Amino acid sequence: MSDRIFQKLNILADAAKYDVSCSSSGSNRANKNKGLGNANQGGICHSYTEDGRCVSLLKILLTNHCIYDCAYCVSRKSNDIERAAFTVQEVVDLTINFYRRNYIEGLFLSSGIFKNADYTMERLVSIAKKLRLEHKFNGYIHLKTIPGASDELVHQAGLYADRLSINLEIPTKEGLKLLAPDKNREDMIVPMRYLKNEIIRTNEERKIIKSTPTFAPAGQSTQMIIGASGESDKHIIQTAQHFYKNFNLKRVYYSGYVPISYDKRLPEIGSAVPMVRENRLYQSDWLLRFYGFNADEIVNDTHPLLDLDIDPKLSWALRNQHVFPIDINKADYNAVVRIPGIGVQSAKKIIMARRFGPLRIENLQKLGVAINRAKYFITCLGFQQIYADKSGANIKQYILAQSTSKYIKNNTQQLTLF
Amino acid sequence: MLKTLIYDGTWPGLITCVFCSFEYKWQIETIQQNNQNIQSGLFVTSETVITDDVKVKRVLLGLEKKIGIQGIKELYYVFLSELKNMELLILRSIVYYFKPNNKPNLNYANDDILQIKKIVKSVSRERHRVKAFVRFQKMKDGLYFANLEPDFNVLPLIVNFFKDRYADQKWLIYDLKRNYGIYYDLEQITEVKFSHTLDKNHVSIQLDDDELHYSYLWKNYFDAVNIKERKNTKLHVKSLPKRYWKYLNEKKLL
Repeated sequence: MSDRIFQKLNILADAAKYDVSCSSSGSNRANKNKGLGNANQGGICHSYTEDGRCVSLLKILLTNHCIYDCAYCVSRKSNDIERAAFTVQEVVDLTINFYRRNYIEGLFLSSGIFKNADYTMERLVSIAKKLRLEHKFNGYIHLKTIPGASDELVHQAGLYADRLSINLEIPTKEGLKLLAPDKNREDMIVPMRYLKNEIIRTNEERKIIKSTPTFAPAGQSTQMIIGASGESDKHIIQTAQHFYKNFNLKRVYYSGYVPISYDKRLPEIGSAVPMVRENRLYQSDWLLRFYGFNADEIVNDTHPLLDLDIDPKLSWALRNQHVFPIDINKADYNAVVRIPGIGVQSAKKIIMARRFGPLRIENLQKLGVAINRAKYFITCLGFQQIYADKSGANIKQYILAQSTSKYIKNNTQQLTLF
Repeated sequence: MLKTLIYDGTWPGLITCVFCSFEYKWQIETIQQNNQNIQSGLFVTSETVITDDVKVKRVLLGLEKKIGIQGIKELYYVFLSELKNMELLILRSIVYYFKPNNKPNLNYANDDILQIKKIVKSVSRERHRVKAFVRFQKMKDGLYFANLEPDFNVLPLIVNFFKDRYADQKWLIYDLKRNYGIYYDLEQITEVKFSHTLDKNHVSIQLDDDELHYSYLWKNYFDAVNIKERKNTKLHVKSLPKRYWKYLNEKKLL
């Protein structure tokens, strides 16, 4: 019980915090034979740090010693920082004792690369294995897949972990080459593809042989750093769509670059974290996954950058006014959910409620629709779309003038009233 | 003739009231719990309703056909909210549900139903927060103990969650506001009540030797994963409302 464990936890949690994923959802691992813990399908956030981010897992590096020199990373070889490494037993003890006190949903274990990819991956796998087999631990385990690790080790990781992830880090291949000369995209893609195929294969097998062991039940995810390599939003969103479609990823995370280096290739220390842009990217990601949008509809060659003032769905609607107005009482779900101011929940409620009779604007307001945005795009009983004849730019001004965006500090635009 | 119904404050008791109002075609002014001061108007007679499982079953079976288990669960959540006049809201909704309509509990244009959905959302949120914010302290005898004061009476909704998850440790979660707790002894769950108020000093001297060590390690971790450059107090307080802080060691310890 020395102070050293406090120091290690400080160093190795601090180094792990730039990995934004903290999700503990997507797995339904049960508690077998009175062991410890289970996974909750929806995930649980046990706390929130002062930056407003969720704390769901014990997110640590096994070590921050690293043979690579990626410019954007605090743990890069050339960075003069304090280094530390946990023992296997220390990670196990922390996980079990935090879990028993209901502090966490499980463990998210990543690591700097020491010696080589397989050597590192083997250590990560051995911890997950020990937790599962020796401690009968059924809580959530997220392991980082080390780029370049062998199929055999990646396979073992899938047997013990709920989720696996490899970070793409930089949205473009060229950017990666510039900032992380030791890494290449192909080393990331090989294990990703292997995992995707194994997940499909084991799922098929389970349909025939019920006792087939679970294999990464919460799938795999990835992360891209935003604003470190001069990429456009079009690059990011299209890359995300490519990986969702071709690698069946559960999530793509976007991490606004926090300046940590004086390297000339990167934004200098003290420059702002691109938090608004990051938020707009997450909104776009939701449009891809839950709203039936295609990447091209959100960003394309004519509009390669997301509008920072307004959300991407509103931005799409203003560019596509010919689609509107949409009749709330007649349109099908897919059209309703594309209306600005209406989310998945309200769209579903609308479909249910209109079976009992046509809906009026008051009904929409009460069931949760943001009328201040929706009113420019809908018709319903007793209500006609307003300002149908105005341009998208005008409507954008009206909406901005009436809303208090969390991002616009000085609303400087002038409205010509008369 | 208007009536005030008096029941035993339990869920089956309330459902029995619903049965009676249908069966005897009573006009109900209020439904009150027998442990409260009964208040009644001048031209209102009061009627004490005796909980009857047969009647409860009939109502619930009929309801299930109309709104499914999920719909009944929503009404139960409204009951656990302990909000003023929740009994009348439940009665009015059930009357509406028994009218000829398909899946009437999904009529989001009806004010009572919107009200129910709103309450269900609040109670569910509280249930989820209790799952998240319970902080067990390990005692010398191996018991994991937590206390809290939920806004709504949500302990009945989290029993199975904790039983499934912490199957190999003894635990006790105590609701200080309602003065009862749920205790798991490795075999089964029992409801318990402290005979006198909980003494904090008494708890702290019985803590396991490692308890403070892990509590401080957690606090240490919590501070280390924060990204200072991204400070966002508004979001922090929104996600982690201040009223919970006194139960969270990461916010409480110095």
